Amino acid sequence: MTKVWTQIETAIGERIIMLDGAMGTMLQQLSLGEADFRGARFVDWPSPLKGNNDLLCLTKPEAVAAVHNGFLEVGADLIETNSFNATSISQADYDMQDLAPEIARTSAQIARDCADEWSAKTPEKPRAVLASIGPMNKTLSISPKVEDPGFRDVSFDDVRQSYEGQIHAMIDLVDALLIETVFDTLNCKAAIMAARNVFQEVGYERPILISGTITDRSGRTLSGQTAEAFWLSIAHARPFAVGLNCALGAEEMRPHIAALSKAAPAHIIAFPNAGLPNAFGEYDETPADMSGHLSDWIDNRFVNILGGCCGSTPAHIKAIAAYAQKGTPRALPEIKPTLRLAGLEPFDIAV
Amino acid sequence: MNTSTTQFINIGERTNVAGSARFKKLIVNGDFDKALAVARQQVESGAQIIDINMDDGLIDGEAAMTRFLQLLASEPDISRVPIMIDSSKWSVIEAGLKCVQGKSVVNSISLKEGEEPFLEQARKLRDYGAATVIMAFDEQGQAETADHKFEICERAYNLLVDKVGFPPEDIIFDPNIFAVATGIEEHNDYAVAFFNACKRIKANLPHARISGGLSNVSFAFRGNNPVREAMHSVFLYHAIPAGLDMAIVNAGQLTIYDDIPKELRERVEDVILNRRADATDRLLDVAEKYRGDGKVKAQVSDTKWRDAPVSKRLEHALVRGITEFIVKDTEEARQGSERPLHVIEGPLMDGMNVVGDLFGSGKMFLPQVVKSARVMKAAVAHLMPYMEAEKEELGTAGQSNGKILMATVKGDVHDIGKNIVGVVLQCNGYDIVDLGVMVPAEKILAEAKAHNVDMIGLSGLITPSLDEMVFVGQEMQRLGFDIPLLIGGATTSKTHTAVKIEPAYQADATVYVTDASRAVGVVGALLGDDKDSYTGKIKDEYVKARKAHFAGQSKKSRVSLEAARDNAWTTDWASYTPPRPSFLGTKNFVNYDLAALRDFIDWTPFFATWELKGRYPAILESEAYGEAARDLFYDANAMLDKIISENWVEARAVIGFWPCEQNGDDIRVFTDESRSEELTMFHGLRQQIDKSGKGRPNYCLSDYVSPNGDYIGGFCVTAGLGEAGRAQGFKEAGDDYNAILFQALTDRLAEAFAEHMHKRVRMEFWGYAPDETAVGDDLIAEKYAGIRPAPGYPAQPDHTEKAALFRILDATEAAGVTLTQSFAMHPASSVSGLYFSHPDSVYFGVGKIEKDQVKDYTARKDMDLADVERWLAPILNY
Repeated sequence: MTKVWTQIETAIGERIIMLDGAMGTMLQQLSLGEADFRGARFVDWPSPLKGNNDLLCLTKPEAVAAVHNGFLEVGADLIETNSFNATSISQADYDMQDLAPEIARTSAQIARDCADEWSAKTPEKPRAVLASIGPMNKTLSISPKVEDPGFRDVSFDDVRQSYEGQIHAMIDLVDALLIETVFDTLNCKAAIMAARNVFQEVGYERPILISGTITDRSGRTLSGQTAEAFWLSIAHARPFAVGLNCALGAEEMRPHIAALSKAAPAHIIAFPNAGLPNAFGEYDETPADMSGHLSDWIDNRFVNILGGCCGSTPAHIKAIAAYAQKGTPRALPEIKPTLRLAGLEPFDIAV
Repeated sequence: MNTSTTQFINIGERTNVAGSARFKKLIVNGDFDKALAVARQQVESGAQIIDINMDDGLIDGEAAMTRFLQLLASEPDISRVPIMIDSSKWSVIEAGLKCVQGKSVVNSISLKEGEEPFLEQARKLRDYGAATVIMAFDEQGQAETADHKFEICERAYNLLVDKVGFPPEDIIFDPNIFAVATGIEEHNDYAVAFFNACKRIKANLPHARISGGLSNVSFAFRGNNPVREAMHSVFLYHAIPAGLDMAIVNAGQLTIYDDIPKELRERVEDVILNRRADATDRLLDVAEKYRGDGKVKAQVSDTKWRDAPVSKRLEHALVRGITEFIVKDTEEARQGSERPLHVIEGPLMDGMNVVGDLFGSGKMFLPQVVKSARVMKAAVAHLMPYMEAEKEELGTAGQSNGKILMATVKGDVHDIGKNIVGVVLQCNGYDIVDLGVMVPAEKILAEAKAHNVDMIGLSGLITPSLDEMVFVGQEMQRLGFDIPLLIGGATTSKTHTAVKIEPAYQADATVYVTDASRAVGVVGALLGDDKDSYTGKIKDEYVKARKAHFAGQSKKSRVSLEAARDNAWTTDWASYTPPRPSFLGTKNFVNYDLAALRDFIDWTPFFATWELKGRYPAILESEAYGEAARDLFYDANAMLDKIISENWVEARAVIGFWPCEQNGDDIRVFTDESRSEELTMFHGLRQQIDKSGKGRPNYCLSDYVSPNGDYIGGFCVTAGLGEAGRAQGFKEAGDDYNAILFQALTDRLAEAFAEHMHKRVRMEFWGYAPDETAVGDDLIAEKYAGIRPAPGYPAQPDHTEKAALFRILDATEAAGVTLTQSFAMHPASSVSGLYFSHPDSVYFGVGKIEKDQVKDYTARKDMDLADVERWLAPILNY
C-alpha cells in the first residue's frame, strides 16, 4: 500500500472522502477539434480521432492536467486517471490498440504528478490517484446481434487480457484501482481477474474500488442485475469500496445506494451525474441542486466516498465537499457470513 | 427481490444431460431453444438454483456449456436465479465460469486427485468469485462412513480456509447420498451415515453448507416412482434437520411427507434410518402396491400361476427357479411360435430380463439367479434339437449379445467365482467359452482367436495368479489383441489391476470386476455404444488408483530387520518343556469318514461364496437374505447327504511330526530325535511394521519354536478327490447351480477336515490338550491352544514354502494332492500347513516387508533375488 493510501484509509474512518468530478464532460467543454486530438504526433493517423479523450494524455497533456488541478483545488482527495477507454479493445475503435498501454501509463503519470504537487502543497490533506478502468465498448453478457442472442464478439479471456495490459501499465504509478461504470458484471469479473493476475506478476497489490452503473429507472445494470446482485457477484474482489456512478442523477440513484449501503460490508463510493441529461445531452443540475440531494445521503450516512460523474464540475465538487465536511462517514455494517448467490437477482440462505 | 429465507433449497435437475434423457437429446441435436424451455420450466416450477450439466460422451462439454449459458444470459426470467455449473471436468467448469455474471455454484471439486489440483482449482474459483460444492471424495475414494465423510470435509475445509483464503460461507459439502435398500448389507447404513456426517459438518465447520443428489438414495427402486418419491421425502425429512441445505431434485416432483400412506412411510423410514435388519424386504413386500395408481396388486397364489398364459408361466418359472414344468411350458410355447428361436428371444429372454432387473436392483440374490439360469438352460436344451434342425434348413445362428472367454490362469485351480460370473453372463445372453482352470496364456490367447471372442475374463484366487495375469496382459499386447480384458478373483484388486495389469495391456480396456453382480454391467458397457466414455472413465480411475497407491506407499513406516528381530516374541524357554507328539514321522488317512467332518463345517464362508453376507446361523433368519439362505442351506444339506452316503468324493490326509529347533527366523527340522541330521528348513518372514512404543512384538513363526529343541507338525488334507469329474458332469448337464454348489461344499469339507484333524492332533496325535472341549463356534473362533498356519497365507505369505512341506509329508503320494507350478494345490479342495503347539502361539500377518529382509531371506533360501521378489511381490514395501 502506498503511503498516501495509508493516510486515506485513516482519514476515511473520520470523514467523507472526496472524489473528483467528471473528466469527460470537462474536456468536452474545451470544444476541442480533430486537430487538437491528433496533435503533432498523429497528424497522419488514418482514422478520425476526435472524441478519443484518453488520447489527449499524449496529445494535450496540459488539458488533462488542468482538469485534475481544477478538482484538486476544490478539495478532491482522490482523482481518477484519464484512462477510461485506455484498453486495447476500446482503443481498437481508433485503430490505436497498440497505443493503449502508452496512453494508460501517461494518464497515470499526469495524475500522479498533479496529486503529488497538491500533496506537497497541503501535506495535511494527501491526494491519491485512482486508475480509472472503464467498462469497454464490448460486453460479455450481451449479444451485439439481435438475431442471435447467444453470440458474443469478445471472450472472457480477451477482456481479461486487455484489462491486464491496462492495469500493468499503470499499477506502479497509482494508489488504487477503480473499476468503474460497470454495466456488464462479467466484464467487471474479468477486470478483477486481470487485477489479481497483475498483482501476482508484480508482486504487490493495490486496493480495488468497484463502481457499477444502474442504467435507468428499471433499477438494473445494463446486463440486468440489481445493485445487490451486482455486489454479490463482485464481492470476491474484497473491494475497499463498492458503489455506483453515472447514468443516474443523485435523486434516481438514491434507493440503489441505500440498498448497497445496507448489503455491503465495504466502503460505499458514489459519484452520480449532475442529473439526467437534457434533450441536448447536457447536464443541468447546479452545484446547489446536486449537493442538496447528496446532503440527504450524508445525513443518512449512506456513503464513505462522494464525487461526481457526467456534468459535474469543480463547482459541484466544491459544493458537495462543503456539506460533506460537516457530515459523519458511514460505519461499515456487520454482515453475518452466509452463502449468498446471485443470478440477476440476489439469493441468500437464512443465516 | 428473490431473497430467500426458506430453509431448504431446491436445485433444478432437468437441465442435466446425465439426469434427463430429453435434455440430453435436445443438446445433442443442437436444439437450444427447446433446451432453454426446459430451464424456464424448472424456474417456473420452483427451482431456486438450476443445475446445468453437459457431461456426456456425445457432447462437446465446453462448447455446449458456453453456448447454453450465453443464451441463458439473455433470458431474464431464467437467469434471475443462480446457476450451478455442474461438471466432472474442470475445463467445462471453467468455460462455464467465463459465461456467468452472477455468483454461481460450481459442482464440484474434490480431493480425489490430491491436494495440489484441489488447491489450484480452489484458488481459481476464489478469483472467479464462485461458491463451490466439495465432494466427500479423496485419494482413497468416495467416503461411505460418517467418519470418513467428515474427515474429508474437515480436511478440505481447513485447506480452503487456511491455504486459499476461501470464504467458508462459499463452501458447500456434498457428503455423498448413496443408494439404500439395494440388498447389499453394507449399503443399509448409507443414509444414516449421511445424516451423521451432516450433523458433524454443521457442528464443526462454521458457515459451510451441505448439498446432495437426492435421487441416488432411491436408485434401487427405479421404475417405481411413488416409492422413490416417498423415499426422497422421508430422506429430506430427516436430512434437513441434520443440516442438509439444498439438494438436486426434480422440483415438480416431491411428495409431501405427511401425504405418504402411513404403511409406506413407516417402511421407507425403517430403510432410511436402518432401523431393522429386515427393512429392505419389508419395503419390497409393499413396494408393488404403491406402484402406478397405488391400487393393491392381487397376490397370485402358489398354484394359480399355472393358469396364467404360457409366457407368464415361463417368466414365473424363471424368476422362481422352478424347473418342474419348464419342458412342458417350453414345448407349449414352441408350438405356439413360428420358430423355436422366438421362444428364446421372446418369453424366455423377457423372463431373464426380469431376473436381470431384479438382480440388478438388489431384489433377487445370487443363488436365485443361478437357479433361474438352470431353468433357462433346461428350456434352451429342450429347444436345441428344434433349432439345430431349423439351422440345417435355414443356416441361421443363435442370438448372442457377445462372446466372452473365461479362464482361471495357469497355476491356479480355483473356479467357483469364475463359474458364477459365467452363469450370470449367460443369463444375460452372452456366449461363454469357459476354458476351465490352470489355463496357460498361450492357450487362452489361441482359443480367444479361434472363437473370435469379444472379451477375455481371467480369474484367480492365489497370489501368484496375479503375476500370471500380468503376463497374459503382456502377451495380449505383444500379439496385437484389441479386445477388453476383465480381471476378477479373490486376490485381485482394483489397485493391482491399475498398477500392474492395465499398464501391461494398453491396446484395449483392462477392467477389474469386483463381483458377479458387477460383471453384467461391465460387460454391457464394454460392448455398448458408450464404450469409449466408459473405458475413459475406467482409465481415469486407474490413473487415480495408481497415484493413490504410489502416494500411499511411501508412508508406511517399517523398521529394519535387525530392529524387528530385537523385538521378536520370546518366552522363558529355559523353563519350558515342549510337549512330545505321540509319534514321529508321518501318518496317512485314506477314505476318511466324511460324516465325521460335517459338524466341523464353517457355513459363514459358504454363504459368502454366494454373495450372501452375514454370519451363520443368523443369516438363515435374516430378513434380507433369509429366504435365499434357507433355500440354499436346504439344497446344500441335501447334496451333502448324498456326498456322504454315496461317497461322491474321497477325503484323505497325511500328518507328520518332527523334532526341530529355532534357527533365527527359520525352523530347522531334524530326521529323528538324535537331532543330528537336518530333514529340511522352514523359512520364516518377520513383521517389519513399526511397533515401537506399542509393547507388541514383531512376530515370525520361528518365534514359537524353542531354540533348545522342540517339535513341529505338518499336514495336508483334501476332500477333493473325485471332485473334478462330478463337477464336470453337472456342467455338461447344464446344471451350473449344482456344479457350483458341489464345489463350494467340497471346499467347505476340506476346511472342515483341516479343523477336525487339528482337533485330533491336539487331543490325541500330539496330545498336548487331551481334555480340550472347544466345539463349534469356539473352534471357528480359534479358542484353543496352538495354530496351523498355511504357507501362502498371512503368517507366511511365501507359497514356495509348500514345497518343503509336501516333500517331507510325501503329500502327493500319501494324499493325492499335487502342487502346480504356482504352488497351488490340486485338487483345489485341499488344505495344508504347519502345526505349532506353543500355548501362546497366535495367528498374525507378516504385512509389508523391506528389502533388507528380502535379501536376507533370499540368502537363507538360496534362491535368486528376482525370484523371491516375484513370489513376495504382494508384500514388498518398495
